[in-house]
Amino acid sequence: MNRETIIETVKDFLSEEFEVDKSKIQPNANLQETLDLDSLDYVDLVVVIEENFGFKVTGEDFIGIGTFDEFYTLVEKKLAEK
Amino acid sequence: MEHRVVITGMGIYSCLGENLNDVRDSLYKGKSGIILDETRKDFGFRSSLTGMVKDPDLAPFLNRRQRLGMHQPAMFAYMATKEAVENAGLDIDFLEKTETGLIYGNDSTAGSISETVDRIREKKDTTLVGSGAIFQNMNCTVNMNISTIFKLKGINFTLSAACASGSHSIGMGYLLIKQGLQERVICGGAQEINPTAMGSFDGLSVFSIKESTPTKASKPFDRDRDGLIPSGGAATVILESYESAIKRGAPILGELIGYGFSSNGDHLSNPNIDGQNRSLNMALKQANINVNQIDYINAHATSTPAGDSVEAEAIHRVFGGKTAVSSTKSMTGHECWMAGASEIVYSMLMMQNNFIAPNINFENPDEITAKINIIAETKQQDINCFLSNSFGFGGTNSSLIIKKIKK
Repeated sequence: MNRETIIETVKDFLSEEFEVDKSKIQPNANLQETLDLDSLDYVDLVVVIEENFGFKVTGEDFIGIGTFDEFYTLVEKKLAEK
Repeated sequence: MEHRVVITGMGIYSCLGENLNDVRDSLYKGKSGIILDETRKDFGFRSSLTGMVKDPDLAPFLNRRQRLGMHQPAMFAYMATKEAVENAGLDIDFLEKTETGLIYGNDSTAGSISETVDRIREKKDTTLVGSGAIFQNMNCTVNMNISTIFKLKGINFTLSAACASGSHSIGMGYLLIKQGLQERVICGGAQEINPTAMGSFDGLSVFSIKESTPTKASKPFDRDRDGLIPSGGAATVILESYESAIKRGAPILGELIGYGFSSNGDHLSNPNIDGQNRSLNMALKQANINVNQIDYINAHATSTPAGDSVEAEAIHRVFGGKTAVSSTKSMTGHECWMAGASEIVYSMLMMQNNFIAPNINFENPDEITAKINIIAETKQQDINCFLSNSFGFGGTNSSLIIKKIKK
């Protein structure tokens, strides 16, 4: 899966799951603030990532992830490890 | 100082309709909400008869986080409570700034639990059930969700008392307001409506098997009754002190004047005339009225051979044979945890609109049910005061008496 496909897939499921407009999901936007994530929402983020990409992320994986761009890189890395 | 307790709002989401007006019309017409749910046969049910309500679309009203912790009991309760809050002239802004309690009847969350366990077994990973499952699975799901959505600041707990849950919830709200501990309490009952919730109940062979005639299958008090039909939804009433209702200029729909309760203390499922009589007499004594002042009894009668006979005998011993009696379960089926609350709403609608809803499908009494005055056809009649019975597994009994407030 190339980066462009990853970005489109992520935009689709995050906008649907967290009910935010796709246009707000920009590479340099902050993921937590844009999606308005609280501690419970991170559990659901893990669920939708697993449903769409087939791997499970952990709390440690999210250390250092601030922007959507950084999140796309994390997905790329995890997919490459599969 | 004791306070008078009045009803200032009601809401209903049932197989007779998804709002008060539709339910009023169904009650008046004697319309049944019973269907045959073919999927139940595949699941192993002996009887596929059930009342049916659809899962409401809550997206127009609630955000994602608010919806995530809700399965059927909370979803149904939200719809009923939304209607009740609105017609009581309340809103979230007012509720947030005052002290309003919530005591809701619920006694199962089987649908969400089975979905959760299936998912954990499939994924072999508890995180992958998502954040909403725990809030759907706990028996207090209605209270957790409704109290946070409506920003309630008063008493907050779920009441589980089998098929008397809804009735006892109203009784407990009544006592708290009467004693001056709360000004306002939202009470009600919710009942999930899915095969997983009712499989073990069907397993007792107590459901009607008149599957070829769903709308005629629930026959409370009739000699040919062969069992109950499960159903579900939710019903909410807003209880308030008389002083608070007057101060707010709220609509006063009726006054709750008696709450009787008892426990049989003998058998898990068999009813008991003495236990029911103690509940009835306690409610009458507390209301300080005599039996002739009750214009209508909304019976618990579920259409089971044993249960209806025992209740008919209990009613006859206390009231004799003249008081008008009907079981709205003839139309709704048995709404179980919700029934004690929904039957207050049904009876209130009758009181407001001057009719007694029929005990449909009542064609022939048996030797015992012939002793009481069962209303088989819709009857125009003023109701100034009614009593509603609710009895549950484990021998828990509840009787509520409500009267009209003259304008």
